Amino acid sequence: MSQAGTKKGAVSKLNRNAAINSLIICVVLLLAWVAGFASRLFAVIRFESIIHEFDPWFNYRATAYMVKHGFYNFLNWFDERAWYPLGRIVGGTVYPGLMITSGSIHYILHLLNINVHIRDICVFLAPIFSGLTAISTYLLTRELWSSGAGLFAACFIAIVPGYISRSVAGSYDNEGIAIFALQFTYFLWIKSVKTGSVFWAVAASLSYFYMVSAWGGYVFIINLIPLHVFVLLLMGRYSNRLFTSYTTFYILGLVMSMQIPFVGFQPIRTSEHMAAAGVFALLFAVAVLKYLQSMMSKSEFKFLVIWGGSLAAGLVFATVVALTYAGYIAPWSGRFYSLWDTGYAKIHIPIIASVSEHQPTTWFSFFFDLHVLIATFPAGLWYCIKHVNDERVFVILYALSAVYFAGVMVRLMLTLTPVVCMLSGIAFSILLELYLREEDSGPSEIEGDESTQGGKRLYDKAGKAPKIKHEQVKEQDPIGPNIRSIAAVVLVLLLMLFVVHCTWVTSNAYSSPSIVLASYGSDGTRQILDDFREAYFWLSQNTADDARVMSWWDYGYQIAGMANRTTLVDNNTWNNSHIALVGKAMSSNESAAYEIMTALDVDYVLVIFGGVIGYSGDDINKFLWMVRIAEGEHPKDIRESDYFTEQGEFRIDAEGSQILLNCLMYKLSYYKFGELRLDYRSPAGFDRTRNAVIGNKDINLTYLEEAYTSEHWLVRIYRVKKPDEFNRPRIPVANRVIKSSSFISKKNSKRKKGLIKNKPVVIKGKRSQ
Amino acid sequence: MAQITGVLSKFYTDYLTKTPKKLKAIDAYLVYVLLTGIIQFIYCILVGTFPFNSFLSGFTSTVSCFVLGVCLRLQVNPENKNQFYGISPERGFADFIFAHAILHLVVMNFIG
Repeated sequence: MSQAGTKKGAVSKLNRNAAINSLIICVVLLLAWVAGFASRLFAVIRFESIIHEFDPWFNYRATAYMVKHGFYNFLNWFDERAWYPLGRIVGGTVYPGLMITSGSIHYILHLLNINVHIRDICVFLAPIFSGLTAISTYLLTRELWSSGAGLFAACFIAIVPGYISRSVAGSYDNEGIAIFALQFTYFLWIKSVKTGSVFWAVAASLSYFYMVSAWGGYVFIINLIPLHVFVLLLMGRYSNRLFTSYTTFYILGLVMSMQIPFVGFQPIRTSEHMAAAGVFALLFAVAVLKYLQSMMSKSEFKFLVIWGGSLAAGLVFATVVALTYAGYIAPWSGRFYSLWDTGYAKIHIPIIASVSEHQPTTWFSFFFDLHVLIATFPAGLWYCIKHVNDERVFVILYALSAVYFAGVMVRLMLTLTPVVCMLSGIAFSILLELYLREEDSGPSEIEGDESTQGGKRLYDKAGKAPKIKHEQVKEQDPIGPNIRSIAAVVLVLLLMLFVVHCTWVTSNAYSSPSIVLASYGSDGTRQILDDFREAYFWLSQNTADDARVMSWWDYGYQIAGMANRTTLVDNNTWNNSHIALVGKAMSSNESAAYEIMTALDVDYVLVIFGGVIGYSGDDINKFLWMVRIAEGEHPKDIRESDYFTEQGEFRIDAEGSQILLNCLMYKLSYYKFGELRLDYRSPAGFDRTRNAVIGNKDINLTYLEEAYTSEHWLVRIYRVKKPDEFNRPRIPVANRVIKSSSFISKKNSKRKKGLIKNKPVVIKGKRSQ
Repeated sequence: MAQITGVLSKFYTDYLTKTPKKLKAIDAYLVYVLLTGIIQFIYCILVGTFPFNSFLSGFTSTVSCFVLGVCLRLQVNPENKNQFYGISPERGFADFIFAHAILHLVVMNFIG
């Protein structure tokens, strides 16, 4: 379609050029949307339309609750099935943007009599929003550079694995919509800086409000935009446009962000938000000085500016520090502090360090997630620095800060991805502009070539190349035609490799729902391991409705979402000591654990065990974190060093420490496993995940009994016995002797209770007379 | 000191002669909003900020009114015409109204 457009454009030039340009832009954006949507569907096609992983299960449960009970009930929802016995105030501890978005889509579709189940909306929400992200990335890059670069950026972000990792179908998480809100806020911000219009600034603050409602990462916006303003001030690029846009954005964004219950008064109370307030005050000071400057002569003014400016800055800083010490402003919270001091979390907050996505990023994952973009984005950055202006300062700061944060935490790779796409888009656009400029045959050749390959990434550039040629004066270039064509072909090849890589990564690494596992046999047959849902379904069918299930916090949301049972701890890790208590129960011996479990009214214990199928994310591998977290709260009872061998190794075989071999988690994981022989080559009790024969083969449980073990032993559920069940032998009902017939009461007849004289005897099969 | 007073008096006369009437009206509005803000600030020091969201919404709405007023003044000022390309005074006023509509919706919600 774009090709047809280009050919028509060649016939009549100037008049239709604009129309054709916009047609190309629309088509490319549409194709980017479709490509992005399609490549996120691997999980749905391979498995089914299902919610993935852990957090999405809570989001889904909350959304379903909101759809069923209405928005106000959702805001006031007190969930007594989580964090037993504490409960959780869900409405006040959740970013509601995600639920509201899918809830309103559900509402609109039902108004139109399109009956879609809320689960399907939740599953497909992130892929749909990826298209919106592509469009807003296009808009942002267009504001920064050119629309050609914007189209490149849009196509990149549609398929880049770094973003797909958080937005495949079924991964119903805050990030899925938040990246769209992030990019769109930045676009509106750049627009308002460029025009100085209050309207755009208000729009930016509205978009910021949406971002605040959707994701905790809004702090990134409210620090990056003030940083942009501050750097512009330092560079001497103050303008009235900057003043109008920032002050309007800040004050409206401030009051709007406080409407979200979870955020509350934080924007005026915590240090994370103080930079924005400081810049606001600074900007006011600068504006006043500039105004005075316009009214006075230069020499009178000079000393006023210098003294007044430094005085004002010092005053603002001193106030913030004083308020922090006085306790009005909370100092940096641990999560943010760990961004600056990367070792901080490991020492002070093991629960943050225990999450795998909070680990530092390896260089490998930069390449894995961004491929060729990571190599080209410095080029785009360099171009931005070379041709710097107000809005490019923004993208430079964005790139630098995002690179830093992405290096600190794997999870923040997500904030790096959009800026990398934008800058690579700029780089590619400049390169292709350079190398396709004079060659008339070049563009059309690439066009034909590309359309057969099925990649949409290049048409825009190729279609645009002739137009650029018309505009520019032909000058003698030092680059010969051969080099041009070689460079163009190499670039196109790079882009094609990028597409191939993206598809490969998406299909292999990011499309597993992680609650349904797939294993491949040697002949390529696929086997589905559905142990999680099997066990959760068993829980929901075979246990009392108010049964309390103890498990490690990773599985809390899934138990609540799929089994609908009360959990003790879950992925909303707000109460560290409660988690530490569960960790203590898991890491102490059976009798000590039983005390904790009775104190917490635990009915069932659920552990994940991967030793049979070689699943590495099981509880034994997470066990050291449980010990560490428990040690943080109960240093007298639990010591991490007890769980290591004398050589300091964590071993589960016969050489492992005795405390480890007798703790609850070990026993529950390996109960009866010593008798199991997986195949003829390995001995009985051979753990495939850790490649070792277990050290404690005859495990007896006194206080618990095995209730259910799923098909591949992945999920094991134990019932906690009641006190009357384990301290004396249990007599089967059939053997119980009931003495009531020969029992003679010593009470006199008046005090007799509940006794019927001449009780009629019913004998089966005999008629009454 | 004498220099500063001299500067200030010159500033004052300059302001009286050079500033257009429209801007003076906006300036009067700004002074009024500023006074309101100061009164609220004194109130919070003397009496306290007990319904914190109400106080906060009142105070932020004052600050926002001031900010938006300043923005309007900057956009209307004929000296800044080259900086605000494509924003006529009428457009500036429309934006002002729009921002106020949004602001007061939020403030109403927040005031409790």
